Amino acid sequence: MSLHSWGRLPGAPAAAELALAERTAPLPAADGSLLPYGNGRSYGDVCLNGGGMLLRMRGLDRFIAFDADPGADFGVLRCEAGVLLADILDTFVPRGWFLPVTPGTRFVTVGGAIANDVHGKNHHGAGTFGCHVLRFELLRSDGSRRVCSPTENAGWFAATVGGLGLTGAITWAEIRLRRIDGPLLAVENTRFAGLDEFFALNAAAEARHEYTVAWIDCLAATPRGIFMAGDHLAADAAQDAARSAPKKPLSFPFTPPVSLVNGLSLRAFNRLYFHKPLPARATQDYAPYFYPLDGILHWNRMYGRRGFYQYQCVVPPAARGAIDEMMRAIAASGQGSFLAVLKTFGERTSPGLLSFPMPGITLALDFPNRGAGTLALFARLDAIVTAAGGRLYAAKDARMPGALFRRGYPAFAEFTTYLDPGFASDFWRRIKE
Amino acid sequence: MQKVLIIGATSAIAEATARLCAARGDALFLVGRKAQRLEEIAADLRVRGAAQVDCAVLDATDRAAHAATLATAESALGGLDVALIAHGTLPDQKACEASVELTLREIDANALSVIALATLLGARFEAQGRGALAVIGSVAGDRGRQSNYVYGAAKGMVALFLQGLRNRLAKKGVQVLTVKPGFVDTPMTAAFKKGALWAQPDDIARGILAALAAKKDVVYLPGFWRLIMLIIRLIPERIFKKLSL
Repeated sequence: MSLHSWGRLPGAPAAAELALAERTAPLPAADGSLLPYGNGRSYGDVCLNGGGMLLRMRGLDRFIAFDADPGADFGVLRCEAGVLLADILDTFVPRGWFLPVTPGTRFVTVGGAIANDVHGKNHHGAGTFGCHVLRFELLRSDGSRRVCSPTENAGWFAATVGGLGLTGAITWAEIRLRRIDGPLLAVENTRFAGLDEFFALNAAAEARHEYTVAWIDCLAATPRGIFMAGDHLAADAAQDAARSAPKKPLSFPFTPPVSLVNGLSLRAFNRLYFHKPLPARATQDYAPYFYPLDGILHWNRMYGRRGFYQYQCVVPPAARGAIDEMMRAIAASGQGSFLAVLKTFGERTSPGLLSFPMPGITLALDFPNRGAGTLALFARLDAIVTAAGGRLYAAKDARMPGALFRRGYPAFAEFTTYLDPGFASDFWRRIKE
Repeated sequence: MQKVLIIGATSAIAEATARLCAARGDALFLVGRKAQRLEEIAADLRVRGAAQVDCAVLDATDRAAHAATLATAESALGGLDVALIAHGTLPDQKACEASVELTLREIDANALSVIALATLLGARFEAQGRGALAVIGSVAGDRGRQSNYVYGAAKGMVALFLQGLRNRLAKKGVQVLTVKPGFVDTPMTAAFKKGALWAQPDDIARGILAALAAKKDVVYLPGFWRLIMLIIRLIPERIFKKLSL
């Protein structure tokens, strides 16, 4: 079975898979272009290299060192690039440390988190994952190795953070971990109706809470949803709340011939989800709070053999109307989204030339692959994003026109000067011209 | 905290086992052929929570060095609770058929060196009246097959030796565990096509620690291999010899 990305869209397989199993070893000889492949959790084609070589990085899964001064708020973890965030959490949460930024799945590698400059529910305060990367080593196809940081080889650092694996392979990285008192979070849930209500809730919550995110039902006549705010629980509060034993994850056992996500199931799901009994305040373990879908392994299979698309855009803070317009376009198309996520990004500058987050509002939506109809809807959404001065997230993308990407990322031309001539991806071939 | 010695510590199953030991705070002593790889693994295990990790370089077929290495390990750990022998190779069966020399070398790497170490460790555990010796065998040792009978013969010899050692040491409070993994996705098997029967090293490692805790004698990992190998052993030889297994 060939490697695929999380969206499971049909595409040309790689000609061969190679592996990097030792961080000090040279890159294997490649007959064609190379692309590092971590854990395959990006949705579209940034981790695919049809006809070329994929370089499997999961073998580089060793920790190297962890240093923290007693009582310090931050520690420094050095590890190989193929280490999963899940492995970091399993090792460090029991000792009172947490990732400074985490995406919505913990099954991504550190190298992948850097290469896609991922973000999380605390972007309004903490910025992107790359903001907490101190250093890494970049191994290029010419055999050169560079230690890159915001001050050393700074150009290479900026190109490689969010650089989609195209500047070379990251062999190891040094990242910050942050102190926590325990594994629990205090969570506040609030139902809202209409985007105005969302923005009002959000403005108040961002000032008070470390984590914020909203789920929205884009099939309802008026967009409605649930706003979720969270904070790590302090030690005294944590003592009162016992942590239940982690559940063994369920697994979606097979790929159905057609998507189980359709108009009917979506309407039913969204209605149930919106109306499910919801405590206004709750204490929750970090895993179900940050990684609700990690509880069902292979959940992407439910979209059937044709796979699915995720569409994630960001528009500037003033472009609230664009979000409203997109919601209407989606509702009108009848192509509902199972989990639509709405969140605002903060002011903190993303460190990568091609980092996705910029100050503004981000909307993420999943769509089963229904061919031309789905693509036509995306073209409508693209037009709204473009008019609003926004851009799309490469890590989620499998179809955006090259011009849209190049216009959305002003540092594109500068980035190309850091490309490794021996590296390429399906995504890159698609958007470069 | 247990004091754990691992021989062949750079193998994938051994490393996965060592990670689980480290996470529960064990003290570890790693033995293997590659010094740099041992140091990388040791650093990883320290971060994962091991109480202490030390290493020694040893080629297991260098029998003259066995006693000194084991003494070093025991003194570094300040005793010994568990020893895991995990080193081995996957012989090229076709090449062995053309070379007596290679066949015997593979038998040495996978059986004689293991038996030598198990003899010394068995004596050590017998003297202290407690301890656990776990050895990685293989389902391949349950029946000779044309595709890999040099490997199978070595693993079968180890299994029979451990059976006798267990019989002797059971009265002395010492556990002898024969681990029989099926197909495991490791660098040793990188060239094979992987199907549904393949397990990850971490699954095998969890099985090893569970079997040690449960004081088991022989464990197939994953457990369904017990049934598969039962069926394979039950096929009459006059039929079996005509199969291409």
